[in-house]
Amino acid sequence: MEYVAQQIMNALSFGAEYALIALGLAIVFSIMGLVNFAHGELIAVGGYTMVAFGALAIGNPLIVIIGAILAAALVSVTLERVAFRPVRYADPTTGLLTAFGVSMILQNIFLLAVSPRPVAVTSLYFLDWPVEVAGLRLSSLQLFEAATTVIVIIALTLFLRRSTLGLAMRAASLDFEMVRLTGIRANRVFAMAFLVSGVLAGLACIFILARRGSVDPHLGFNPVLKAFVACVVGGFGSLPGAVLGGFLLGALEVAMLVLLPQEYGGMKDALVFGVIAMVLIWRPDGILSPPVEKGDKL
Amino acid sequence: MLAVDNLKVFHGPIEAVHGISFNVPQGKCISLLGPNGAGKTSTISAITGVARSSGIVRFDDLDITALPVEARIRAGISVSPEGRRVFANLSVEENLRLGGAMQPDLGEKTRDIAHWLETFPILGERRTQNAGTLSGGEQQMLAIARALMARPRILLLDEPSLGLAPRIVAQIFRMIAELKAQGMTILLVEQNATQALRLADYAYLMNNGLIATEGTAETLGANSALMAELTGMG
Repeated sequence: MEYVAQQIMNALSFGAEYALIALGLAIVFSIMGLVNFAHGELIAVGGYTMVAFGALAIGNPLIVIIGAILAAALVSVTLERVAFRPVRYADPTTGLLTAFGVSMILQNIFLLAVSPRPVAVTSLYFLDWPVEVAGLRLSSLQLFEAATTVIVIIALTLFLRRSTLGLAMRAASLDFEMVRLTGIRANRVFAMAFLVSGVLAGLACIFILARRGSVDPHLGFNPVLKAFVACVVGGFGSLPGAVLGGFLLGALEVAMLVLLPQEYGGMKDALVFGVIAMVLIWRPDGILSPPVEKGDKL
Repeated sequence: MLAVDNLKVFHGPIEAVHGISFNVPQGKCISLLGPNGAGKTSTISAITGVARSSGIVRFDDLDITALPVEARIRAGISVSPEGRRVFANLSVEENLRLGGAMQPDLGEKTRDIAHWLETFPILGERRTQNAGTLSGGEQQMLAIARALMARPRILLLDEPSLGLAPRIVAQIFRMIAELKAQGMTILLVEQNATQALRLADYAYLMNNGLIATEGTAETLGANSALMAELTGMG
């Protein structure tokens, strides 16, 4: 029983991490139809910011955490301005290639400016200590991660329902031109989407680094790939879908780890993706794919 | 108030409107009539800046031709577009809030929303419902109310009667007449010439991307051959 509960916590904590990153991808995709594969590099930017703080002997955890989140957000908004704005209304393929290009350029900057090898980040180890809750031995990090994801989801929901810019972002996922026809500046909607996305990447970065303790130029690749899968399963462009997909993927991975006998451990990813393939046969557009405009269009 | 001079509108390589000029004076209701594909909606798209165009669009003697879409709306032009284009995934009230996005005063915005929900009681009843679940007529009212939330100085109405039952059409036109009576400047694009000419002070008849005829509503309405053609009886 205890073992099961602990594995459920593991699944939630994996899922929370995927959900945070998947939300970051989905929020940009929903308004501009762009799969931002440079999202992983934002996570790395956060990591290298922590390295920089370490080099400057700034160890205050609050400064390190906020600094890393701000750096990821700032780079995200800058990328929108410099790289994605010129291709905003271009073919989706153009946007996708731009994202790959940006991703490669950033990776090479990390490689040249810092090091191709992993660099240690020790300033976040303090986040992880064993705690006992109701007889369960958990890691504090898992609790922080779950709590952060819950807070993010609540805050994002409030923002999307209450603020004008949030409403505009929801409306823009269906009809961006009509949003502009209400006088809302398109630039602000895009900038906001990338800002939110960057903050989410920064938050994910905190948890990834607290667990790994090191950053390398390809840090973001795997998490973003998983988040991409989560988005596809949940329904690309749907924010609840991204969250659901993230938690589903986390649960699947932990389930495979637990249920597979040791000698079949290498099959984990194959089986996870097998299950996902079946989900996609059942719902080709993802479980919570956003509604397609079918209304009386004349 | 709105002056269009030698306007050409392009959709990709195709020229949909071949150089038209017209005026919408303050407080008047001007109608653009004509069959499907005449270039009426293209003209509206060029005025709001959505479509690529050449020629000059002046609003209050200010050349707005180079301005982006948002800036034109902010200058006081508001549109209820063809096909209504309500935000289907947002509630009726959220649609109105977005319509009033430029209103910085929250109290004023709340009052405006209350006012329009009162003017259109059916929208009031459906205020928390998703706009996608509304009927065509209700969506049309919402599209007009959303446009009015911007407190525009000129209202562009693109085919407000399209695809609606006659009873609803009559209701929508009564409402437009009321807006006109309150002094709103209106550019009304319509295929329904009979209804439009009852309201309009002056009308332009478009065909194949050009203005074929123009005149006061009375002159055009009295031209029975023209009317037969316009109302599809010819």
